[in-house]
Amino acid sequence: MTTKSVSSSISFLSGEIAFQALKDSFKKFHPKLLVKNPVMFVVAVGSAITTFITVQEILSGTSSGFNIQVTLWLWFTVLFANFAEAVAEGRGKAQAEALKKNRSQLTARLKIASGEKSIPAADLKKGDIVVCETGDTIPADGVIIEGIASVDESAITGESAPVIRESGDDRSAVTGGTKVLSDRILIRITSEQGNTFLDRIISLVEGSKRQKTPNEIALTIMLSALTIIFLLVVATLPPFVQYAEKAAGQTGGALTTLPVLVALLVCLIPTTIGGLLSAIGISGMDRLIRKNVIATSGRAAEAAGDVDVLLLDKTGTITLGNRMASEFIAADGVSRERLADAAQLSSLADETPEGRSIVVLAKEKYQLRGRDVSDVAGHFVPFSAQTRMSGVDIPKDGHKIARAIRKGSADAIKKFVTEQGSVFPKEIQAVVEGIARKGSTPLVVAENKEVLGVIELKDVVKGGIKERFAQLRQMGIKTVMITGDNPLTAAAIAAEAGVDDFIAEATPEDKLQRIRDEQANGRLVGMIGDGTNDAPALAQADVGIAMNSGTQAAREAGNMVDLDSNPTKLIEVVETGKQLLMTRGALTTFSIANDVAKYFAIIPAMAGTLYAASAISKGPLSALNIMHLASPQSAILSAVIFNALIIVGLIPLALRGVKYRAIGASAVLWRNLWLYGIGGIIVPFVGIKLIDIIIVTLRLI
Amino acid sequence: MITASEIIQLVFYAVMLFLFTPPLGKLMAKIFEGEKTFLSPVFGWLERLSYKLSGIDPKKEMNWKTYMWAMLAFNGLGFAIVYLLQIFQSSLPLNPQQLPNVSWHLAFNTAVSFMTNTNWQSYAGEVTLSYLVQMLGLTVQNFVSAATGIAVMLALARGIARKTTIDIGNFWVDLVRSTVYVLLPLSILFTVVLVDQGVVQNFSSYQTVTTLEGTQQTILLGPAAAQIAIKQLGSNGGGFFNMNSAYPHENPTPFTNFLEMLSILLLASALVYTFGVIVKAKRHAWVVWGVMFFMFASGLAVSLWSEYLTNPVTGVAGGMEGKETRFGVANSVLWSVATTDASNGSVNAMHDSMSPLSGAVEMINIKLGEIIFGGVGAGMYGMMIFILLTVFIAGLMVGRTPEYLGKKIESYEVKMAAIAMILPSFGILLFTAIACISDAGLAGLNNSGPHGFSEILYAFASTAGNNGSAFAGLTASTPFYATLLGINMLIGRFGVIIPMLAIAGSLAKKKITPPSSGTFPTDTFLFGLLLLGTILIVGALTFFPTQVLGPIVEHFLMLNGQTF
Repeated sequence: MTTKSVSSSISFLSGEIAFQALKDSFKKFHPKLLVKNPVMFVVAVGSAITTFITVQEILSGTSSGFNIQVTLWLWFTVLFANFAEAVAEGRGKAQAEALKKNRSQLTARLKIASGEKSIPAADLKKGDIVVCETGDTIPADGVIIEGIASVDESAITGESAPVIRESGDDRSAVTGGTKVLSDRILIRITSEQGNTFLDRIISLVEGSKRQKTPNEIALTIMLSALTIIFLLVVATLPPFVQYAEKAAGQTGGALTTLPVLVALLVCLIPTTIGGLLSAIGISGMDRLIRKNVIATSGRAAEAAGDVDVLLLDKTGTITLGNRMASEFIAADGVSRERLADAAQLSSLADETPEGRSIVVLAKEKYQLRGRDVSDVAGHFVPFSAQTRMSGVDIPKDGHKIARAIRKGSADAIKKFVTEQGSVFPKEIQAVVEGIARKGSTPLVVAENKEVLGVIELKDVVKGGIKERFAQLRQMGIKTVMITGDNPLTAAAIAAEAGVDDFIAEATPEDKLQRIRDEQANGRLVGMIGDGTNDAPALAQADVGIAMNSGTQAAREAGNMVDLDSNPTKLIEVVETGKQLLMTRGALTTFSIANDVAKYFAIIPAMAGTLYAASAISKGPLSALNIMHLASPQSAILSAVIFNALIIVGLIPLALRGVKYRAIGASAVLWRNLWLYGIGGIIVPFVGIKLIDIIIVTLRLI
Repeated sequence: MITASEIIQLVFYAVMLFLFTPPLGKLMAKIFEGEKTFLSPVFGWLERLSYKLSGIDPKKEMNWKTYMWAMLAFNGLGFAIVYLLQIFQSSLPLNPQQLPNVSWHLAFNTAVSFMTNTNWQSYAGEVTLSYLVQMLGLTVQNFVSAATGIAVMLALARGIARKTTIDIGNFWVDLVRSTVYVLLPLSILFTVVLVDQGVVQNFSSYQTVTTLEGTQQTILLGPAAAQIAIKQLGSNGGGFFNMNSAYPHENPTPFTNFLEMLSILLLASALVYTFGVIVKAKRHAWVVWGVMFFMFASGLAVSLWSEYLTNPVTGVAGGMEGKETRFGVANSVLWSVATTDASNGSVNAMHDSMSPLSGAVEMINIKLGEIIFGGVGAGMYGMMIFILLTVFIAGLMVGRTPEYLGKKIESYEVKMAAIAMILPSFGILLFTAIACISDAGLAGLNNSGPHGFSEILYAFASTAGNNGSAFAGLTASTPFYATLLGINMLIGRFGVIIPMLAIAGSLAKKKITPPSSGTFPTDTFLFGLLLLGTILIVGALTFFPTQVLGPIVEHFLMLNGQTF
């Protein structure tokens, strides 16, 4: 299954999405939808109250520009929050659409009576017969009914060596997403294409069916608690002020009309985070999709941030899936140059990564210039499942085959030379075993009946992976490498890659047990897998990412699917999960810190005249007007406008997420505290003052 | 100006508080974990006897609900006893002054007050309660209400320390151990010192003497020393006499004054350490202690500054009105700050007479929920609300589901912490509002203007915070105040305890995630800063308007030369 990254197809905020979001944000005024967000619901109720009062005033001809403007901006606050959510949803939908379109690009060669015909893999039905030849990707799970082939199943099993699949025996089952390396087979499809499964999860990310995640619920509770407290604070203000007015002999001296109280309430309750909370959640899922990962639930995306231990398959994640030639070991009496030369000759037409690596190694180590296939007037023998060898036959001096060079597994070459009446040297047998013990793969090279030596194919650790693991360690995440290799090899690769731990000769049961052990110790485990035998482990893991190339069972068991089938994705998924939580925390902090400035704007505006010595002098509490806002009305209006605009201003941050860095918790905390805590205190002082200046300049009050 | 000797006294106080915290905290941790200490041979028999008499199996553990019901039943019983003793006191012995039965609303208020460790006194002890009520009712409650606070903190600490269990300890065992090994021995020791210094401890009736000036004065007597020791140690604060520790028979010498002040914060401070030992996070406990100490010291600094500021009305700096004349301004201020920090509520000076900003400090100390050391045990479990809040908000910022000492903080904990945060604020704001606009509420005022507002506000803050100190100047014995204040005390006490026990139960069930470098650190300077910020911002946001309309406007007015 192929999928192009869809990220490029959607810009940050296209006009189309914005327009649709604007329409949707009006639909979200429906009380049934509003009530889901307690904070914004309170704002809406408050807006309704001020609207009622303002309308009454207009009807009785006593309307003030102030009340009308406050009312408008209160409604804008709700609208902006709706808009944030609608934009996030719109982007989610667009992503999902793009995904659906791209997903069906893989074609299958369906066998029909008159030959064969190309159809989208998604349209395959159970029982269909398809043809697969060298280079084809098997479109779906099935059974070989005719032929034999070598298949690269590394995406599923993690084993880099190709396996032989043939009809009629217990090796006849093939898995969707694996690749045919040689020969031609006919496959009868045995399972419905993963279409329905993927469709199901895609619909989940479209937003509408989104359920709140556990952390989101907890945060909503906290925000509701703050809302209740501020409701109480504002509701008890009139009695307190009434007492003060009586005590000061200034009935009506303070500005505590209902619209002002509502304005204070809306400014104090955490509208910034309340308005952006669901947008953050939706965009978290959305960011995963941009990475071509589909989470079956928001819960999974969130849990990804909590992962303490990552189980990583060696092949594909830590090492390049393909083995590379690392050394030539010549047989007794054979020079290395000769071996290298033969090995290179035999591999010129071999397009597999292993083959190419042999050509390159010979060129680098023995200065054997890369020859082109056309330079050699020979007949190349491709790898086939029957012979399990590949090579070249070079004619010379009229002999049809002067040099028959072959490379292949020890068994195959042994058969090749013994058939010609030669013996397979004992020392080569020893070398082969030695290499195998190290975890590398031996490839024996023979020319005619003479065994020239062995090529060692070694696992190569991916570049940059060590740094990646170091970052993970700093984030407090432990990495565990899982491999079928023997402990010695595993230890060597583990040390080279810099993982914290490894499980060698791992069986599916080992994986499952390890996950259970870690979980019993209170750790959250993430893993990525694809094989059917991974399914139990994927289901047990807290974050289980199934590769899309994997089997149906694996995909059903995991809680995320990686469409790229790229095992390193797990790390990015963890980062996205962390970013999601960080964004919530940062905006909550910002939202609460904002209140300090709003108090200093509104309280002196409300009570500034209390206990004033005379009707024209300022009261003692006007000393708290440290921003020197022009008038009580402009102060209150500025605070309300700031409160509404900051939601819009932060939509990009909510959608993008706060910047993530792989540094330790303390460093992250300091940084975010400065930006969103201290920043959250200072920004509104500046913002409110600026708005106040604009209001006064435009004579809005 | 503040004198050098006063500064030395203040520093000495802080140093002693710091020095006593670890040894006492460690000892208490041992006691509460059931380990053998040097006290076991002396008081072990009393512990075992208590279990035997009441048929308690000390090894039986309780889940949080059982623990809560045991706590509630015990407190309910205590309430009933104190209530009944009061309304029948004239028919009961040990009443040499022939005091009449106490009215129902005052009896309710007093019974609630002593059960909840508030020790708010709507009555004047010497003209209202018989010696029997004081000794059998109040002194006993002084012990067990403090022990209840310790027990709840222990349950919470266990909930955090344990994993995958529903058990959080045995309420009876916690109650008995904290009474028998901690409160009783310390009180006995302290009582002996007090008696030695001249605090009265007798059953005589009051003496009327003729002073040198020729006027008649009633000298108050009674079994005071025993009650005073526990009122200071157990963050109770309810004086034997109405004058509390400003009366020489409660607080005769500078030495007793120092000891009484130290014992206000002593156990609460040491219990923070105890908490750290039990949850195996001593560094974290020190950070929490540091935050508490910083807030204590800042409050003290502001209050001192404000007292020594020249009052433009009188032209006097460091005015002595209402202060403890024998010990001076600094000692009065220190006591006022310590007693409001610790939910103690005893006084050696009249808070009503202090400068507006001192009043503001006292009130904010109380309103924050009595978490600056706070009541014994209560301070630490009250602080837990803010710790959880800090962990939740700031913890998210490191990109993980918030964790506290390895326990995930999820919606249930947030919900319970929110309830514990809302309920006391609810009591303070709503009841103050009612009193401000009702005739019954305004009838009790002795002062006008913002000062009158502060008096009402202070009363409801003090009762919700289970502090018990009064701003004075408010007649609180009316049915209106006695009842509302009583209800407020119940809200402030159990509105926090019950959610905290629920949190203990919920945390106990969870697994413990081992810390890693990605874990939100709770034992660093940064955490202290965050905790402080959360307390100040959340607390300030809730009470900013009331502070402004009370002490702050009064302060500005005072600077303009206007007083109330």
